[in-house]
Amino acid sequence: MEPDYNTLQEFITHTKGIAYLLIAVALVALPLFWRFLTGRDDKKKTF
Amino acid sequence: MGISRRQFFGWMTAAIGSQVAFRPDAKAASNKHFTGYPGSMGVLHDISRCIGCRKCEAACNQVNSLLPPDRPFDDLSVLAQKRRPHANSYTVVNRFDLAGRQLPVFVKKQCNHCQEPACVSACFVKALKKTKTGAVEYDASLCVGCRYCMVACPFNIPSYEYNNPLTPEVTKCTLCQPRIQKGLLPGCVEICPKEALTFGTRDELIQIARQRIQEFPDRYVNHIYGENEMGGCNWMYISNAPFADLGMSEDLGITPAPALTSGALAAVPVVVSLWVVFINGIFAISKRKEQVAAEEKKTAVDQALKTEQTRLNDTVAQLKEKAKADQEAAVKREVKKALEDAAKQAAEIQTDPPEASPQSSETTQPGKQESE
Amino acid sequence: MTQSTPREKTVLTPFNVISGIIILIGVILTILRFAKGLGGVTNLDDNNPWGIWIGFDLMCGVALAAGGYVTCATCYIFGLKKFKCAVRPAILTAFLGYALVVFALNYDVGRPWRLPYPIFLSQGTSSVLFEVALCVFLYLTVLLLEFSPAAFEWLDWKRARHIIGKVSMVLVIFGIILSTLHQSSLGAIFLIVPSKLHPLWYSGYIAVYFFISSIFAGMSMVIFEHSLVARFLHDKIDKEHDIESQNVALGFGKAASFLMAGYLMIQVIGIAIDNDWKYLGTRWGLWFLVEMIGFVGLPAVVYAIGVRERNIKLIQRTAGWTVLGIILNRLNVSIIAFNWQLPLNQRYFPSFPEIMTTVFIITLGLVIFKFIATRMPILYAHPDYPDDH
Repeated sequence: MEPDYNTLQEFITHTKGIAYLLIAVALVALPLFWRFLTGRDDKKKTF
Repeated sequence: MGISRRQFFGWMTAAIGSQVAFRPDAKAASNKHFTGYPGSMGVLHDISRCIGCRKCEAACNQVNSLLPPDRPFDDLSVLAQKRRPHANSYTVVNRFDLAGRQLPVFVKKQCNHCQEPACVSACFVKALKKTKTGAVEYDASLCVGCRYCMVACPFNIPSYEYNNPLTPEVTKCTLCQPRIQKGLLPGCVEICPKEALTFGTRDELIQIARQRIQEFPDRYVNHIYGENEMGGCNWMYISNAPFADLGMSEDLGITPAPALTSGALAAVPVVVSLWVVFINGIFAISKRKEQVAAEEKKTAVDQALKTEQTRLNDTVAQLKEKAKADQEAAVKREVKKALEDAAKQAAEIQTDPPEASPQSSETTQPGKQESE
Repeated sequence: MTQSTPREKTVLTPFNVISGIIILIGVILTILRFAKGLGGVTNLDDNNPWGIWIGFDLMCGVALAAGGYVTCATCYIFGLKKFKCAVRPAILTAFLGYALVVFALNYDVGRPWRLPYPIFLSQGTSSVLFEVALCVFLYLTVLLLEFSPAAFEWLDWKRARHIIGKVSMVLVIFGIILSTLHQSSLGAIFLIVPSKLHPLWYSGYIAVYFFISSIFAGMSMVIFEHSLVARFLHDKIDKEHDIESQNVALGFGKAASFLMAGYLMIQVIGIAIDNDWKYLGTRWGLWFLVEMIGFVGLPAVVYAIGVRERNIKLIQRTAGWTVLGIILNRLNVSIIAFNWQLPLNQRYFPSFPEIMTTVFIITLGLVIFKFIATRMPILYAHPDYPDDH
């Protein structure tokens, strides 16, 4: 079982903490994926 | 049409004013708190008193003029299976044989008449309504039959007349609304031989429930089911066995149903307003880009044209010059050739030329080289 | 303008025979449905009030008809003119899709003749379903108007064609707003059932999930549909459409891929916000991962490979795969992960008539699409309006 939270404050502190880490992951992972996606495009056409 | 601008503004002022300015009780919506209709009625079901006689089922059937059941109400073998309300039965009693208990526990199941009912919130034609008495009322004359109320109900109560092809209705306990309005007790409450059902205002019922739990703390679980579940119900339960063991979900939460969707609904006008702005903005940007691109193209083309033109002009001038020079050279050459020819002819006639002019000797020079 | 094709060919093509049989079955089922009621033909019951007529016909129908607004936005709002050839087929698909959704609703609701009630008689504004009904009603009207130029060109109604051409931008903007609203609201419908929908699918973000997934569903549907059209209605496509569709596949493939990556990210964030990690280890969690990895993550990567290698075939196949993923998601939310706590013997599985009715409605859509696409200027430009196809 998950750690039991007794207060909303505790719950939000924990889940938001993880959410912020995931934001960092998204900021790194998504641009990398974009580079992979457009890696072989002609240089002048990037849309 | 027939409305003057002045009239229109007059109405607007009145409409807004009545909502905003002239309400001394106006509060900020953010901490608004709703407590339901004051003095609304409900039922307290004391599960510890229920003996599973099914008399409430029979009374319900009779009071609501439902069809007679397949098996008579005094046939208690029906209790062997877990049941839920259906189109022809607004209430059912279930038996629970719990481990470590000699006696079975019986629970009556019917509409809990929530304070903020999910079915009412979900109904897109207002066919379901929470009334002042506490009952959740159904108006079949509006019902489209989408059955979203059944989806929404956390207690799985509303049923549908699936086998009625033309006029199917949603069915559920009415809290005997017609009887309440006449000052009578709901059918099931009236007939209950063990007083397992108590009718009263919701506030009274909570008091009674608390009292019983306090007086017999060993007998009751310390929880009034329905006091807070899904924002609270008008039908509540106290029990001598854990509710979770009696098929009653304890993971419903205490958020009233309308609050679950209010955020999404609140987004609608915002999305409309902002989308109009964003879409027009993006459209304007792409139009402008097109325009700029077209202008740039035009400038580039003009520039290229200009450069080309000057280059062309230069070339033409050069060519002209060259042509001129060529022409001159050609003329010179022709002249020289003619002179040479003339000189030759003269030489042929006079084998010994008397004297050569300096010009002719000059012109013969290349001729000589050529001949060499 | 009438397409005077020589009528030597027999009417008894395999397509016509099979669709004829299905439509015949559909007619019989329609009679049964309205003679015996829902109970006579469906497996619906009091615990499972919504079956595949909602879960598939409505939920998937609307999601897969998203190509209309997505293509319009791409072409007219974002100004990517190379998508122009995809606009008309996408609008036709969307129009037929929504028309069939409403048609299917007539089978599902108890008293279909009352379907206008929520809009005209008694507005239950607290209901998310009210918003969906209003948007779908308005959007169907918008789609009809957006589709009408093709019909007017076919009928050679120059004046009507001219008038509708004047308001086309307004229709596009209206269509995008309405689509945003009801695509997301179809998800928001389930916000009211936190105790019935499995926590991995239930999320405060569900409206956003539905909206974002509708965008890549629409794109994938445009790509996938063109691969089908190119195979079966090839003689109706003009050269420009044929060439441009390659660009469309590359462009939408790329956009869908990136959107799916973002969608996957917000799904993970949704799990984090609700702290639902513990469910991932359960059987439901496995099923959730099948959906998220097998039908969102993997197709996103394969799309990317297809775009990198300019492999149109691969992109088209991935589009079909993504479409399946969307269907899986909508079925999960509305049927499979709904009522997940009910014992297995009380769970819903569609009856044969229910499935056949859905097949009948899809067939109807195909037949009407074929009828229109072989007659009206959908896949080719009308000679009088070469720039407006």
